[in-house]
Amino acid sequence: MLITCPYCGPRDVSEFAYQGDGNRTRPDPASTDPEAWNAYVYDRLNPAGLHNEIWQHAGGCRAHLAVVRDTLTHEISSVRFAREHGAPAHGRRKPGAKA
Amino acid sequence: MSPRRTPSGGRIDRLRTIRFIFDGTAYTGHQGDTLASALLANGVSLFGRSFKYHRPRGVLTAGVDEPNALVTVLRGEVREPNIPATMVEIHDGLTAVSQNRFPSLAYDVSAINQLGGKFISAGFYYKTFMGPLIGPLKGTRFWMLCEKIIRRAAGLGRAGHAPDPSRYERMNAFCDVLVVGSGPAGLAAALEAAQSGARVILAELDPCFGGSANWSGEKIDGEPAATWASDVVGELKAHGNVRLLKRTTVWGYYDGNTLAAIERVGDHKDAPARGAPRHRHWTIRAKSVVLATGAFERPLVFPGNDRPGVMMASAAMRYANQYGVLPGEKIAVLANNDSAYRAAVALAKAGARIVAIADLRPDVSAACRKLATEAGAELLTGHAVIGTEGGKKLSGVKLAPFSAASGVSKGNARDIGADCLVVSGGWSPTIHLASQAGARPLWSDDLQAFLPPEAGKGWIGAGAFNGTFSTAEAISEGFAAGRKAAGQPALETTTLPDVEPAPLDPNPAPVFEIKAKGKAFVDFQHDVTADDVRLAHLEGFVSVEHLKRYTTLGMATDQGKGSNVPGLAIMAEALGKPIPEVGTTRFRPPYAPVSVGALAAERFGDLKPDRLTPMHDWHLENGATMYSAGLWFRPMIYGGPGETIEQAYVREAGATRETAGIVDVSTLGKIAVQGPDAAEFLDRVYSNVFSTLPVGKARYGLMLREDGLVFDDGTTWRLGEHDFLMTTTTANAGKVMQHLEYFLDVVWPDLKVHLTSVTDQWAGAAIGGPRAREILASCVTGTRVDNEALPFMGIVHGEIAGAPVMICRLSFSGEMAFEVYSGAGHGTHVWEALIEAGKPFGMVPYGLEALGTMRIEKGHVTGAEIDGRTSARDLHLGWMLSKKKPFIGSAMMDREGLSASGRLELVGLISLDNRPLSGGAHIVEEVDTANPHGSLGHITAACFSPALGKYIALALVSGGKARHGKRAHVSDPLRNRFGPVEIVSHHFFDPEGKRMHG
Ligand SMILES: [Zn+2]
Repeated sequence: MLITCPYCGPRDVSEFAYQGDGNRTRPDPASTDPEAWNAYVYDRLNPAGLHNEIWQHAGGCRAHLAVVRDTLTHEISSVRFAREHGAPAHGRRKPGAKA
Repeated sequence: MSPRRTPSGGRIDRLRTIRFIFDGTAYTGHQGDTLASALLANGVSLFGRSFKYHRPRGVLTAGVDEPNALVTVLRGEVREPNIPATMVEIHDGLTAVSQNRFPSLAYDVSAINQLGGKFISAGFYYKTFMGPLIGPLKGTRFWMLCEKIIRRAAGLGRAGHAPDPSRYERMNAFCDVLVVGSGPAGLAAALEAAQSGARVILAELDPCFGGSANWSGEKIDGEPAATWASDVVGELKAHGNVRLLKRTTVWGYYDGNTLAAIERVGDHKDAPARGAPRHRHWTIRAKSVVLATGAFERPLVFPGNDRPGVMMASAAMRYANQYGVLPGEKIAVLANNDSAYRAAVALAKAGARIVAIADLRPDVSAACRKLATEAGAELLTGHAVIGTEGGKKLSGVKLAPFSAASGVSKGNARDIGADCLVVSGGWSPTIHLASQAGARPLWSDDLQAFLPPEAGKGWIGAGAFNGTFSTAEAISEGFAAGRKAAGQPALETTTLPDVEPAPLDPNPAPVFEIKAKGKAFVDFQHDVTADDVRLAHLEGFVSVEHLKRYTTLGMATDQGKGSNVPGLAIMAEALGKPIPEVGTTRFRPPYAPVSVGALAAERFGDLKPDRLTPMHDWHLENGATMYSAGLWFRPMIYGGPGETIEQAYVREAGATRETAGIVDVSTLGKIAVQGPDAAEFLDRVYSNVFSTLPVGKARYGLMLREDGLVFDDGTTWRLGEHDFLMTTTTANAGKVMQHLEYFLDVVWPDLKVHLTSVTDQWAGAAIGGPRAREILASCVTGTRVDNEALPFMGIVHGEIAGAPVMICRLSFSGEMAFEVYSGAGHGTHVWEALIEAGKPFGMVPYGLEALGTMRIEKGHVTGAEIDGRTSARDLHLGWMLSKKKPFIGSAMMDREGLSASGRLELVGLISLDNRPLSGGAHIVEEVDTANPHGSLGHITAACFSPALGKYIALALVSGGKARHGKRAHVSDPLRNRFGPVEIVSHHFFDPEGKRMHG
């Protein structure tokens, strides 16, 4: 699997660290809504198909990347800087919604 | 002359004689022979014993699909089992032995298994040994006992115990076009791609390029096919953009068009070339792949089809044409398609007598009749072989009229003497790699085979792989595939090369099995018979995946290359469904066995780097016993002569509390947190407040995870308004860095903060004890270190022995203590100056054990207590949870489960029987040695406390504080340690902290 880091170019997956589901929406820090926090911390999609993911180029520039990967083929259709574009590039899910 | 070697012909070097040993007997062969061809040439027909029944087995094929003739190759002390003799190239000194026989191949005592064959049918092991037996002989335990015995009797080769001295290496390669297979189609594809300028890799698993061109006997454009092939290879070699890999099996097709291949560099030589590895593993990233992997001829299923002397027709032809070896003198043929007739003619031309051709079809084409005549064979259409004669060697076959429609024979059987029976049951394209790449195969009723679907995203097929069995068309497909793979537009018109003889009809009769009395094998390697498949169906196995696992069909080292389709056909018939509805299994890597050595290559032994502190050499020179903590090496104790570990740490900790001690703390994680929003950032990541921390002061901080559990702790020093130095625990340094980077990059990209890991840039020494301040004062210049200049948690800058240092007064040991940081390059210099300054005071260096002891006495938590399950309140750190601001984990830390009563809380334990306690022991109210139960919690850390003169421990115990002053017991059945303890506060020593505040 190759991930094309916008800084460093196409690099082998071994240079990257998976940093979790990119569909998470962190609730307002002051929020005490347990449903929202539970969804953020625990609810995960497990799609057979396109999936939003956060990868860190840990063995390179250390930037976090918002990656859309097909879980069936490992095909990566989009790589963007997470800090510029936020997590998702492919349909975000409402907090608390069932997978 | 060997008994079975033809007087001429073949692609072997008859002038080069090679000597090798098989089962202790010396044989000779020629350059170009495989072990199989050389042994056949010597008249050897028995190669091994079968997996379950220990039936004698010969050689069935001439290639990588060989299920029977598996041998163990010996290289010095190293044994490599389960290698097909068809894949072993002979060389001087080659030593191989047969497998699964005792005491010898010819006389095997376990062959008796076949008399009781009924009892070793499908699922026999599971039913018999795992079923409900009586008494102690039941269930898993009994199975495990029997398994050992069964494994010895049933099985394949045995691996050795000697370490492998061979060298293996790995390569990464990139190309525009990878061509897998160098038969006519593959060669054409590689040539066309190379001519268009593409970077090409051509991989061939055999020792020579050309595939079927080496033995088909065809003429391509007027030249012998083998000459045509070597001409093309010559052209390819002349291209600078082509890499030719022979003896290279492409075994895995992964995502992103990444393919794995293994090149057998040295197996065919008696000694490896200088610097050459034995195997080389290739990871190939190809823009496009041409699959020209050919097809396998399928066996037919009939009684006695496994007797030595029964061979695939194409294999027999290959032995005759490529190796100059006749597999028999009197050869019978059994076929359901035309291709075997070519084999019959080739064998006849090479000198064998073709005694009969039995064709399952009621009638055959004129072309076939002509070939039968050419072979001098009696042609029996509508006939089948219903049995074979002979012991360890075929002596005859039983022929009977046969109805292809019903699959059974009728009428009188006839015996024909033959020492070889060649069989063709049709052809299965080698679609394994396409299947690995995710392609779903399509059933062809015409070819009675699974074909690859339309070309996939990264690959395109050519030749027999596509079900194209005409060489002319295969070459044409190869050229087209090569063009397409190289990104060239297709040609509008194509001319087929001129190939002689003309192709035969490739479509077989849809017959896979001849039903008659006797064991008829589907999977030769795992001894799975047609009746086993039917039994599995009777017992309710409907899915092909279940059938496979229950009968183990196709699960041996050959991965069912020949047996898959016949097994499926028999299952389909039993289910009354057409084959495509039963489906096929998906092929998975590896296509053929891969040496583990090649996968590991140079990555063996200790793969982790060693991290050493700047003072590492000093520790070694001063008697430290080092301890590995993650990647770091840290002094455990500085033991004196004859001192035990406990004596050493008790002395070190005692001396520290008495006068002073010094410890290397360079391994602590250190992160520079800088920028205008650094304080705000720390407020968000720590549970307590850092924005109020004055410049020149440090504060102890606690981090939670998002789920509200404790993550890490450490002190953070404010060096400037926008400049903090964060310390983390040694073990979590990397994780904390990644955690902070994530939040900064993904969650709060608006914060202006920069993070830099500076763990390796600073050397740290912690000096503590009642005399620590005096020692420091005697060697530090440029700053005062008294209480006023350097209060608790204060930071000063100064110099020690000319080196700049940063000193923070903080304490882990509970003593008046200081952490002295210097640039890593000055680490040893400053350390030695401190040691020198401490000498008049009797200061000692201390290691991790004493450090641990003093922290247990103080009740400080470390990774043993911050175990990913404990909350801040569990550890009595609730006071660090700010109510004034949200922070990571603040929303989740008050969840029901985290504030419920009965959670494990940090307590202290004192051993009441004056015996040591140990980590992991359970705490119970009542001791029950016979049936330990009722755990209240467990010990996290234990030591002998010199300050208390007692064995003490920290523990996580349900109820925690409420149990202070109560008695309990340790229950440690693994180490047989039971005994009374008192539960106390975790602050064993100086609970008010008078000593560190001075
Ligand atoms: Zn990068």
